Amino acid sequence: MKIAVLAKQVPDLVEGVEIDASGKAVDPTSIRYILSELDDHALEQALLLKERSQARVEVFSLETGEARETLFAALAKGADRVVMVQSGQESPPDNHTTAKLFASVLQGSAFELIFTGVRALDDLDGSLGGLLAGYLGLPYVGLVRKVELAGDQGKAIVEKEYPGGYAAELEVELPAVLGIQAAEQPPRYVPVSRLRQVMKTGNVEEQAASLPSAPPLEIERLYKPEEGKGATMLSGSPEEVARQIANILSERRLLR
Amino acid sequence: MANNILVVAEHFQGNVTDITFELLGKGRELARALGGNLGVALLGHDVAGLVTALGAADVVYTADRAELREFTPDAYAAVLGNAIGQASPRVVLLGSTSVGLDLLSLLSARLELPCVDNCVALNTQDGELVATCQIYGGKLFAEVRLPQQTTLVAVAPGMFPAEAGRVTRNPQIVYLPEVAAAPGPRMSFRRWIEPPPGDVDITKVPILVAIGRGIQSADNVPQAEALAEALGGAVCGSRPVIDQAWLPKTRQVGKSGMTVKSKLYLALGISGAPEHVEGMRGAELIVAINTDPRAPIFSVAHYGVVADLFDILPPLSEEIKARQG
Repeated sequence: MKIAVLAKQVPDLVEGVEIDASGKAVDPTSIRYILSELDDHALEQALLLKERSQARVEVFSLETGEARETLFAALAKGADRVVMVQSGQESPPDNHTTAKLFASVLQGSAFELIFTGVRALDDLDGSLGGLLAGYLGLPYVGLVRKVELAGDQGKAIVEKEYPGGYAAELEVELPAVLGIQAAEQPPRYVPVSRLRQVMKTGNVEEQAASLPSAPPLEIERLYKPEEGKGATMLSGSPEEVARQIANILSERRLLR
Repeated sequence: MANNILVVAEHFQGNVTDITFELLGKGRELARALGGNLGVALLGHDVAGLVTALGAADVVYTADRAELREFTPDAYAAVLGNAIGQASPRVVLLGSTSVGLDLLSLLSARLELPCVDNCVALNTQDGELVATCQIYGGKLFAEVRLPQQTTLVAVAPGMFPAEAGRVTRNPQIVYLPEVAAAPGPRMSFRRWIEPPPGDVDITKVPILVAIGRGIQSADNVPQAEALAEALGGAVCGSRPVIDQAWLPKTRQVGKSGMTVKSKLYLALGISGAPEHVEGMRGAELIVAINTDPRAPIFSVAHYGVVADLFDILPPLSEEIKARQG
């Protein structure tokens, strides 16, 4: 059993994101990249399957942002092989381009499962997993929160999330692509000492891929929501703010 | 490609869901502006009874078969590919939902059609269509001019009024043929898993204290619980809090969690990502405390405070306790 995990770099929102002078794109110099949170869940789910059923876990990342660091961290967590896909892109391309790149890299490799986070912060043109499945002609299920391998039957049993806390249990023939919403447990942390050791001894493989031509969406304008639009903003010392909130609740008869 | 609009209907436990009516209302508006007709694709089994609820549409494209009883991306995408071919739409409207999200990207790749996700507004401009989409957790909006070909658009739930799409009438029916999926069905539905039984049903609690990533650790959750107790309410949370197991799954608000309409929703350290807002937009009074003045939660809140929640929580709990005697 071989599982591929696609790890995408996305802007760290804690650092903020600025729009460039054209007003149509983000300013790449304003961005610090991190691993997409749900891709971290995808990796965790793959590692759980490795522990349960001796699966082999291979992680692929485009050479953008902090991809090398992400791949070393994946090795330190227990991935068997990590690959950086080089296409000459400096910032992460859109999902159609990314999906075509990964499709060219994964085509013909004997992966039974391909995991990716079901969505990422910069998704504008659909989710990567579904696009990849479409290009590879594989089945796809998104919003997956649990994956079990069904013995030697070449199948996986997955739980797909629905609103209201419901989930559907589906049986999926392998190979398949799954969009992970949450791993069965919170993603593991890597001790810094372990990461340092892996950065000395571990190997990030590099693989070239040619950039496909996918017509991008035409973004007319990028803008931030107006600050405080809609809300009446309260200010003052914490005690003053607390009194104001209590007054509002009192006026609305929300205090007993 | 004609100027038609095609809506992909969703139903759950025998009822057409709200997102479908939201899309039908918007679809009708666009069809009128573009001079096309409005179609709706209804897939399932024993769904003939749902057709009259879809009267906002001119045409219902339907496939009624046992293997379509519950949603599976593979089979639904195959049938919808056929519906899109027949309807010849300018735009296919889907929900940015558990069902719609899977279909959006699968259909986009299989049919080589462009797509946009997380759409919160969709309007005509000089005969062209412009979609406004939320990205970066609601911190940016992107205006996208849709290409001059059939484009798939996934719309965030709760953005368009459902009432506009609720028309009871018998539209024209077109039966979709069986599609021989090339590799055969590779996926089957096994069963529904019910939500776990909860200690508290947060959809029925009038006062909710909601915590997000800003609560920082499980150790700080009791502070929010203390405030909820003083208010006579309950604590709930956004996805990251649930994924970290700081609160049980039954307390999750948002996409794949609960949709609440409480009298008070006090949002502490919640940025207001679209997936969360979807579940709490309908609360009667929303008060948000967040350190980031540009946090999207402030655009749905009625009152906002730019502050560290840990500065406000202690005096607020004291103030509430004092007033409640």
